Amino acid sequence: MKLFTLKMPLVLSAAIATAAGLADAASAETLRLLTWGGYAPENVVAMFEKETGITVEVTKSNNEEMIAKLRATGGGGFDLAQPSQDRIAGPQEEFGIYKPIDLSKIDASLFIPSMLEATKANTTVGGEVYGVPHVWGTSGLVVDTAKAGMVRDYTDLCGDAVAGKVSYRLKRPTLIGFAFAMGLDPFAAYGDEAAYKQVIDQVEAKLIACKPGVKTYWGGGDELMGLMRSGEVVASMAWDTGGWKLNADNPDITFVAPASGALGWIDTFALPKKTKAEDAAYQWINFVMRPDIAAMITEAAGNFTASKGADEFVSAELKARYQASFPPEAVDNIKWYPPVPAGLEVIEGAALDRVKAAN
Amino acid sequence: MLPDLECANLTKTFDATAAVRDVSFAVPPGAFFSILGPSGCGKTTIMRMIAGFLEPSGGDILIRGKSVLNVPPNRRPVNMVFQHLALFPMMTIAENIGYGLRRAGMPKPEIERKVGEALERIGLPGIGNRKVDELSGGQKQRVAIARCMVLEPDVLLLDEPLGALDLKLREHMKIELKKLQSAFNTTFVYITHDQSEALVMSDQIAVMNHGRFEQLGTARELYYRPETAFVAGFVGEANRWRGKVERVNGDALELRTETGIVMKGARHGRALNPGDSAEIFVRPEAIRVARDEREVAHFENRICGTVTSLLFNGAASRILVRDDGNGAEIEVAIPQSGDYATLSRGASIHIGWSGDQANCFPAGSA
Amino acid sequence: MRAQSRLGLFLLLTPLLLWLTLLIVIPHIDMLLVSLRERVGVGEYRTSLANYLTFLTEPLYLWTFLRTALMSVLATALTLLIAFPVSYYIAKIAKGRVQSALFLLCLVPFWVSELVRTFGWMILLRETGVFSGLLQWAGLVDGPVEMLYNDVAMMVGLVYTSMLFMVVPLVTTLESLDDSVIEAGYDLGGSGPSILREIVIPHAMPGIVSGCIVVFMLSLGNYLTPTMLGGKESLWFTELIYSQFIVRFNWELGAAFGFMLLLLSSVIVWAVLRLTGQTLEKTMG
Repeated sequence: MKLFTLKMPLVLSAAIATAAGLADAASAETLRLLTWGGYAPENVVAMFEKETGITVEVTKSNNEEMIAKLRATGGGGFDLAQPSQDRIAGPQEEFGIYKPIDLSKIDASLFIPSMLEATKANTTVGGEVYGVPHVWGTSGLVVDTAKAGMVRDYTDLCGDAVAGKVSYRLKRPTLIGFAFAMGLDPFAAYGDEAAYKQVIDQVEAKLIACKPGVKTYWGGGDELMGLMRSGEVVASMAWDTGGWKLNADNPDITFVAPASGALGWIDTFALPKKTKAEDAAYQWINFVMRPDIAAMITEAAGNFTASKGADEFVSAELKARYQASFPPEAVDNIKWYPPVPAGLEVIEGAALDRVKAAN
Repeated sequence: MLPDLECANLTKTFDATAAVRDVSFAVPPGAFFSILGPSGCGKTTIMRMIAGFLEPSGGDILIRGKSVLNVPPNRRPVNMVFQHLALFPMMTIAENIGYGLRRAGMPKPEIERKVGEALERIGLPGIGNRKVDELSGGQKQRVAIARCMVLEPDVLLLDEPLGALDLKLREHMKIELKKLQSAFNTTFVYITHDQSEALVMSDQIAVMNHGRFEQLGTARELYYRPETAFVAGFVGEANRWRGKVERVNGDALELRTETGIVMKGARHGRALNPGDSAEIFVRPEAIRVARDEREVAHFENRICGTVTSLLFNGAASRILVRDDGNGAEIEVAIPQSGDYATLSRGASIHIGWSGDQANCFPAGSA
Repeated sequence: MRAQSRLGLFLLLTPLLLWLTLLIVIPHIDMLLVSLRERVGVGEYRTSLANYLTFLTEPLYLWTFLRTALMSVLATALTLLIAFPVSYYIAKIAKGRVQSALFLLCLVPFWVSELVRTFGWMILLRETGVFSGLLQWAGLVDGPVEMLYNDVAMMVGLVYTSMLFMVVPLVTTLESLDDSVIEAGYDLGGSGPSILREIVIPHAMPGIVSGCIVVFMLSLGNYLTPTMLGGKESLWFTELIYSQFIVRFNWELGAAFGFMLLLLSSVIVWAVLRLTGQTLEKTMG
């Protein structure tokens, strides 16, 4: 999940539908990719176009917008999408916006087997697989170690020492992260709406209690970067790559895997239901999963991929940052997001609204 | 008697240009005083200075003997009828007329009474609740005057208020205005570029040009005895020649025009000596026409010519006569007694005028 | 002949009609239907007023709704207060070049996108920002001051964003007021404030009302400014709609919210028109 979530002014679904409808006119020789910033860097696109003759049109987005866009068009307008693995099964059951993946067209040898199997399992609906893994990473804490070294877990963001100088998003990762830090297990409660609601209620109370110490709830990656760089915020919830990027500018700031465990996510490849360039989509998947290409994407996005052997091609600098943030025990402690059952968003959303509105 | 309005050496300069130069005049109470001049002559500037919208660069303005230079426009005992009337479109007629009274803090019932009276006075009773745009041009005119008159100003200023009306209505309003003025018995200062408006209504007229008063006098004086070439040309109509003075005999002159006609004229006390260049003005209506030469024999100036154009305009009909001798064209008014109804182009005609009617001015004075 | 002119009229109207039907009427009908749908299970829906009921029974939504409306009214009033003297100066006092220059100055901020404008304010107001630095430099404060993330900052942003939409109709109506009408007011004994109250404002009313309607709608429907400049609890109603549609996938509730917003703006516009005795034709025409 990348840091670009700057939202456009509210666009009526109809406008989305119309725009996407117009985009349908694109020819089969074009691959319309709905992805995250950094996942389709220009040099990779150029290489792919040269190799296959297929033009790639990249649309940058985030999980929620991807699903909203595909839902508005009934799975049209794009040929390949990259939602996170936990956000496929629910929307698929509810809205039917994806098409099953023909695994015979995927070169499985390019994938790290454990990650491929896990993703397949999590994105299976009605016996069909809807996603294969691409990029993975974690979210946790970005901390200015010189000023807020005591922040080791999400709940430390509520500490008096950093009051007025912390920030986080009002989004579901915050709820999940705080739940783990409070000793709860939200993932275990996924299957039981009532139990989940109890978990979220406790987190909500905690977040409201913490609110006075929060400088602002950040909305976009650029905003967070600005807050951390200027020193106005010394600790925040963020993605690992955000921390590493800041680390390059200021060695004091870095990504810290929280004591209760970083939250692990995997962004996938999924075929929109009305894809018009299926073959091109498979070609793209097999192309970008090649270790050399995957390393280029890692350089651009900052996150590692599910490509087997790509690590060798990644720069030493990036590897060093990764190892500093993730000692082996921290890797083992990563909490991978299980698929979100349909309907949980409503519980989370109501809680987030109440936190936002609380005084 | 103390004049209602007096301007003393009034001057106004904008940047480097002088719009009004050293103008002095006094308006006696109850007079209808007009300032007549072409557009850009500075008459509006004078009016705005009197109203208080412009600060004079020099000189003084006195109303009933008191200087008003330091009095803001909303405190001056003068009111103004604007060129486009400037009625308040957001108010009813009654509210328009009562505006000044409300501002003066008069109690409501009294305002109502006064507004009712004013509406009676202008002959429009019972229109108080109408909107401004429901009125005709003439009615608006009267309302605009009533709106000022309820305040009983010492002086009412009128800035070409008839300009926007059509001809018939304008003729009618001239008489109406004069009547209103005597009904209210207030001093009117009226500015216009239309000589007929000024001539018909005014007791006194100041003809203005290039920021100065050219002549101040009654309508008759301006018409019959213009003091400058500009006034002679601007007030009424005139045939115009340029020539050289050949002989001077008291007020009577003998001149030769540039086209070679020898003509008798009068200088009315102006300095003109033999050899001087002069401008000669003869009004079309001062020229007699005759089919028979003997009828004009007693005039000092006589021409035998041919009718080249008939300019029929009812009472103000003219003909153009070409001098058979030298080809000069002269405009002549023809009496509408029926004698000349059959006159046609090409007809031979005799014209003549007395030397006294030919006003001569030193050339270059206008 | 007549048939021809009919055809011509029809052809001229076609783009407008298409625009209205395809992009406004049909989506709104669709939205209305969506808002009347209740999710009972995975992919199962039934028609009900449940979404509107949710809106009415959840204090948070109602409170946000009310807050958004009140803040928008406040933003509109502030914009009017600031824009009126500016417009009066541009329309009646400034002349020639100065006039066009001032007008242009009002327009300049709109050459960059709203996002950039909002970022501009963030740079000015933030703790390590320009204003805070200036205050410290001038010795007026000891430490950095945070001026961002509160309702005042949001109000500043809203007013700034809306200014032009108030200035344009005001300048237009004020320019149409004949100078001599104002002079006549003075001439007849009016003072500055009384002329403003009795002549200038009544004349400018259509412009004031149309400016207020536009600014109110813009503020009500603004998304960027309240989210970026506003504080931790400055929830804006459009934010709720956005999150229902995009984050929660709850289009049904989002659509219901959308219709409540539409209803709210319609009611307020109607009320303002009634209150000021204006008609939509007069203010928009």
